[in-house]
Amino acid sequence: MIHPDSVHKLRRVYVWEQPVRIYHWLNALCILVLIVTGFYIGDPLAILSSREASAQFLMGWMKLIHFIAAYIFLFNFIFRIYWGFVGNKYASWKNFIPTNKKFFREIWQVLKMDILMMKGKEHLSVGHNAVAGISYFLVFILFLLQILTGFGLYAATSDFWLAKMFAWVPYLTGGDALLRQIHHAVMWLFILFTVVHVYLVFYHDYVEGRGEISSMGGGWKFIEEEVFQEMKREAAAKKKKSPQTAGGTGFKSVPESALKPGTK
Amino acid sequence: MPTPIKEAPTYYDEVRRKGYSRREFMQFCTMLAAYMGLSQAGIAQIAKAMQQKTRLPVIWLHFQECTCCSESFIRSSHPMVADILLDQISLDYTETLMAASGFQAEEAMKNTMTKYKGEYILCVEGSVPTDADGVYCMIGGKTSLQILEEAAEGAKAIIAWGSCASNGCVQAAKPNPTSATPIHKLVHGKPVIKVPGCPPIGEVMAGVIVHVVTFGKIPELDGMGRPKAFYSKRVHDTCYRRPYYDAGLYVESFDDENAKKGYCLYKVGCKGPSTYNACGVTKWNNGTSFPIQSGHGCFGCSEANFWDNGRIYERASAFPGFGIESTADTVGKIALGVTAGAIGAHAIMTNIRKHKMITDLEKEGRKSEQDLENT
Repeated sequence: MIHPDSVHKLRRVYVWEQPVRIYHWLNALCILVLIVTGFYIGDPLAILSSREASAQFLMGWMKLIHFIAAYIFLFNFIFRIYWGFVGNKYASWKNFIPTNKKFFREIWQVLKMDILMMKGKEHLSVGHNAVAGISYFLVFILFLLQILTGFGLYAATSDFWLAKMFAWVPYLTGGDALLRQIHHAVMWLFILFTVVHVYLVFYHDYVEGRGEISSMGGGWKFIEEEVFQEMKREAAAKKKKSPQTAGGTGFKSVPESALKPGTK
Repeated sequence: MPTPIKEAPTYYDEVRRKGYSRREFMQFCTMLAAYMGLSQAGIAQIAKAMQQKTRLPVIWLHFQECTCCSESFIRSSHPMVADILLDQISLDYTETLMAASGFQAEEAMKNTMTKYKGEYILCVEGSVPTDADGVYCMIGGKTSLQILEEAAEGAKAIIAWGSCASNGCVQAAKPNPTSATPIHKLVHGKPVIKVPGCPPIGEVMAGVIVHVVTFGKIPELDGMGRPKAFYSKRVHDTCYRRPYYDAGLYVESFDDENAKKGYCLYKVGCKGPSTYNACGVTKWNNGTSFPIQSGHGCFGCSEANFWDNGRIYERASAFPGFGIESTADTVGKIALGVTAGAIGAHAIMTNIRKHKMITDLEKEGRKSEQDLENT
């Protein structure tokens, strides 16, 4: 099928819809702001100022920004959950929560190929691969934990019914001290996640050359025409077999030859 | 014999008999209404109750404790608090203050328990050791648990005075050698009002009792069983040094210029931001001061497990399982270093193991570039 001397023709696939991209960057911005202000709130800098205390409001601003970012983070998160039910198949909740054996097979394959660097069949996931998917699911749980602990700490100082809904959280931990500790520790998990996440985006872009980094900008990834056609045939065959179960994660095992560029 | 409970005199009668004027009585009612967070109508309600109701029978038990709660109580700011609540409320049994001793005292407690079954208020100061069948704290040949269970049986409500009875306090701190247990974990099916603090504020204690007397029911409690009127705000949120906190001006060490200026004690470990109590409002010693006002951070004494909640003079608390010197930040930084190392190793491995894929992509790209050049 593949012409030995030609370079690949690439097929444009719209993977990340605009709402997903907006969610992603808003989320990234919120997390960045929350981490920076959170560090300040946790251990404020020693400032020396000759101005009156009444003329200063540094911690006040930090807290205000932290709380505003927290609200945006919360609503953005709720929106993303909603979009997991109405968005395209790459945005679907099925990418994050394992519902079938195939998901686990893919996890194993991704671990083998991308993490353990074993030799074998390369794989192609147009959207999230299974390891990324389940990682995001765990990260969503961290989001939830951070929202619960954060708003739990915030509830006592707020008159807003939404914030007050979290007033029960300190009762679970027996007070604010442990709650604060959890909130602080989970933030570190956010930092670790971000570092690994950004690295892996570069990794995929570097190794696969399908526009992984820019996909969160324009929404597109670029799939080799041959691979695309093969995926299409498989999808059609699957649809014939059982029209209900068509779809899924868009995961596909690709023979190594198909991914080789034309030049020998 | 301890004073037998007489039917007739009301609280007001007793107060007048003691020589207080009606004006002083009304001041007392007003003060307590304010502490309890009642509206102005509440003053009249308290006054009415005090004038119409007879003494509330109280049994006050002491287990694993230091009696600081009792000390705090008898030193509450308004003299009438001590008078009305110690003399007028019938303290039929309290080891510290009762006149009787030995068999007589035990008899008095028994009398109250039978005569006022289902009516008396059981106040408990101290935690109950449950290890080794409770031998760590025994009174009159009975273990604390036996005494508590007997007394709780016929109680209308139970007030757990102080951090010992509410949370276990110092004797329940790790490793809790006697298995000191707070009251709410031992008594079931009875309302338990927790009044934590080491000690709780005298006025708060008075407020809780007067609430029960006035309204005939226990005050509204939060999710942890504490009266909302006194424990719904953080010390931090009612602190007079809060403007310094918001301004970002902090004491860095206790002997610095900032400490002299009275800046916020946040960075020297003040636990005000995680402590729910009325200290910032009611204050101590007749409203004279409270720890933060005298230059020391809040200790967090009314919070559960406050002895194990972290260091007294630092913000950060030890991260469990990583030694007492490590905070969440230390663990986080190490984890970040390990992650960076793993990423570095992975990046190197990628360039070795995926070398062919990467160079193939590069070649493909270069070929397009050359094709473009050669047109």
